[in-house]
Amino acid sequence: MALLDIRNLTVEFKTASGWFRAVDGVSFKVDAHEVLAIVGESGSGKSVSMLAVMGLLPWTATVTADRLQFEGRELLGMSKRERRKIIGKDIAMIFQEPMSSLNPCFNVGYQLTEALKTHLDMDKAERRKRAIELLSEVGIPAPETRLNSFPHQLSGGMNQRVMIAMAIACKPKLLIADEPTTALDVTIQAQILDLLLKLQRETGMGLVLITHSMGVVAETAERVSVQYAGQKVEEQPVRGLFKEPHHPYTAALIAALPERAHANRLPSIPGVVPGQFDRPQGCLFSPRCGFATSLCRVEVPPQQRELGDALCHYPLKNGVALGHPGKGEAA
Amino acid sequence: MSDAAATVADTRKTGRMTLLTEFWRYFSENRGAVAGLAVFLFVVILAVFADVIAPHAPHEQYRDAFLKPPVWQVGGDYRFILGTDAVGRDILSRLIYGSRYSLFIGVIVVSISLTLGVTIGLFTGYFRGPLDNAVMRVMDVFLSFPSLLLALVLVALLGPSLTNAMIAIALIQQPHYVRLTRAAVMSEMVKDYVTAAKVSGVGRLRLMFVTILPNCMAPLIVQAALSFSTAILDAAALGFLGMGAQPPTPEWGTMLADSREFVTRAWWVVTMPGIAILVTVLAINLMGDGLRDALDPRLKRS
Amino acid sequence: MLRFLASRLLLLVPTFIGISIVAFGFIRLLPGDPVLLMSGERSLPPERHEELLRQFGFDRPIWEQYFTYLWKLLQGDFGISFKTKAPVLNEFLTLFPATVELAFCAMLFAVIFGIPAGVVAAVRRGSVYDQSVMGTALVGYSMPIFWWGLLLIIFFSVTLQWTPVSGRIGLVYFFKPVTGFMLIDSLLSGQKGAFTSAVRHLILPTVVLGTIPLGVIARQTRSAMLEVLGDDYVRTARAKGLAPFRVIGIHALRNAMIPVITTIGLQVGTLLAGAILTETIFSWPGVGKWMIDAISRRDYPSVQSGLLLIAGVVMLVNLIVDLLYGLIDPRIRHGR
Repeated sequence: MALLDIRNLTVEFKTASGWFRAVDGVSFKVDAHEVLAIVGESGSGKSVSMLAVMGLLPWTATVTADRLQFEGRELLGMSKRERRKIIGKDIAMIFQEPMSSLNPCFNVGYQLTEALKTHLDMDKAERRKRAIELLSEVGIPAPETRLNSFPHQLSGGMNQRVMIAMAIACKPKLLIADEPTTALDVTIQAQILDLLLKLQRETGMGLVLITHSMGVVAETAERVSVQYAGQKVEEQPVRGLFKEPHHPYTAALIAALPERAHANRLPSIPGVVPGQFDRPQGCLFSPRCGFATSLCRVEVPPQQRELGDALCHYPLKNGVALGHPGKGEAA
Repeated sequence: MSDAAATVADTRKTGRMTLLTEFWRYFSENRGAVAGLAVFLFVVILAVFADVIAPHAPHEQYRDAFLKPPVWQVGGDYRFILGTDAVGRDILSRLIYGSRYSLFIGVIVVSISLTLGVTIGLFTGYFRGPLDNAVMRVMDVFLSFPSLLLALVLVALLGPSLTNAMIAIALIQQPHYVRLTRAAVMSEMVKDYVTAAKVSGVGRLRLMFVTILPNCMAPLIVQAALSFSTAILDAAALGFLGMGAQPPTPEWGTMLADSREFVTRAWWVVTMPGIAILVTVLAINLMGDGLRDALDPRLKRS
Repeated sequence: MLRFLASRLLLLVPTFIGISIVAFGFIRLLPGDPVLLMSGERSLPPERHEELLRQFGFDRPIWEQYFTYLWKLLQGDFGISFKTKAPVLNEFLTLFPATVELAFCAMLFAVIFGIPAGVVAAVRRGSVYDQSVMGTALVGYSMPIFWWGLLLIIFFSVTLQWTPVSGRIGLVYFFKPVTGFMLIDSLLSGQKGAFTSAVRHLILPTVVLGTIPLGVIARQTRSAMLEVLGDDYVRTARAKGLAPFRVIGIHALRNAMIPVITTIGLQVGTLLAGAILTETIFSWPGVGKWMIDAISRRDYPSVQSGLLLIAGVVMLVNLIVDLLYGLIDPRIRHGR
């Protein structure tokens, strides 16, 4: 049984001008001991789908799914009280902006022990001891004195370490990290990623890493799910994905990596992710795709079971767009 | 050069129209604000056409009708829909004429305090330096006195009258405009369009009043609505304490002061002027909320 | 924290000097002979006039007069009231507890009802509850309180006869003031029913004086909560699996309190101005009514010092508000 099992998850937001579909029929599984990366540009709905798992979406959002199970228990039908017993204990999440994700009015110790107090049966002294333990576990020097520090007295990297300590406080089975390094300095990014992976290996928890950076994916993940405009367009083990992407979008993302670039200019994907008002009819990627035909623009593409679930009429195989009518060679 | 100027003028024109329609779209989304606007316009009409609308003259005393209750009560008289006061004056007519005073107070107070405050704020915010510091300390002093108290003392200084009450209230309200304008000017000063205007040799006064000031208007308009209603309330309070308009002026606060001794006997003498004040002030505050929502871009998204 | 306090205290000095200049200048701006104004006499024999002129120091240069005035203030000499011939400071201090008691209860009333109402309105925004609370708050905020007081008297005191019309306590109770706070003194006196009577006298003035702050606080709490509810740390708190009560009541509210406390601080001035009206309506023997009486009696020494003392109180309250920020928000405490 998978740790987290999502099938056909859809999230829609009610806006002043109608409904906006941020996540569109996404399915995937996460097992214990596994690192799954979800990649995509901003606006591809990767954060929203995980916030839906956590139940942290605002009231304007409507979440539907054929299955949204954690350890075989359905999360959607569950009472709020039941769900809160899982959230923060068995599933934890860390966020992009460490500086604003911690409450400026409370010190680190308070915010850290709060999670312990809520979910675990510990007395005050035990909680303090555990908090110190957690801080040293995430590599914060002088943890005893740091307990009394306030978030504004720490750097961004330190704050993210505190966030991680808070998230792993109750030994979660699944940790969701939403762009955990995006807001940090480049030198700190690698440290935080290493820390997350070390903790994941030591505890055996499942780790979902949301990122927009293919570089991060290459260094960390075991399996990758690529999302575009709220849809999952491809899912593969990381090795296969980099070796042979099946969806043109994935291929373009990989081609945009500086390490892969051979020409003088870095290849880029023209245009932006479609929003609420410019959603194309057929394949959502068709306006930006080099392979798009009239079929792509009219008909919703099928999921290619054999080829990494690629959501494409002409999936790439061995660098060839299968079944493509003209100039079939990949550029 | 003239070409460029022409295009600028062109876009500005259409820009204003779209701004206005956009403003109205946001403003009309707020039902309360629209209701407030309607009530306010109603009061304005009453004030302007008081001579035509009011059934009686405000000072006319009917010897046969002292303390007549409103029509719907036993003993009511159709001539006096809202009843009469202790000397037989028609309350409805006095209220209608009273709206003139309240609106007049609001307009005068807002114009004096706005002009004064904006000018001071513009100069201090533009030039900064020690003078700015000194002026701001003076404003702090103004603001540390409870407004009504300072107004009372000023009126005691100048003698009780409606004019003096208005001057006192205007003086007390202007520090708010000074602060708002100064803050807005300071945040606009560093923007590129100001630098561009400076570089192209625009004169100081023109820069202050024509280039910068229009971009500081949003908070000032909201504050104007707020101080309009505060002025009406304060003037009524001064009238109530005998320090504002003097009897027999049909000013709403003064009417209330006259009625205090009838609290136990004639509720309508007390109730009606108060409702008039409350409804007017409420309408203006509703409008003010609508203005703030429509003009303040920070709150627009919600 | 000590440095924070010292810097705030230092900022008060120029404001206090400004206030003292206003109070000092006020008497000199009045038309008429200052000696007659300050002594409260219609006319004086020339030698007595001469004597008083010297006694008040009007014969010396104006800056010297000001420093003498300031020096006297610092020694606690606030002048002599015409009416009672007693030192103004003594009169003020005797009456001040009554105003503090009333203002404190009014603020408590406004905070106790205003903050929860605003919080719930923010959490359930757009709901019928939100709309009715905000509508009521706006009515309270627009209320002419002198009229509101009369209306409540008509209804509760005259028609229903539930509460007394005026004063601080029933006439049958008599005891020497100890603290000046009627609620405490009535308990200390040990007389049966005295405390209840004091409470009953306090209810209507409290509601009347608390109405505007109630409206303002409810509105401010709502908008401050709306602002923080979308913040990242609120999401973090929810991600910890905390109960909604903790998320809203502790994580969000603590941050929302900063603008709310500013508002509460600003309301103290409004409250003291409102006290003038409320005390007049309910014949409440506090400094507001005393000021009105002094103004209408043209008791200028009392008006002058009353102005100074009340402004001083507002200033001190603002200082306390500043210190409260430091307690709530560590970023301010640490000078960021």
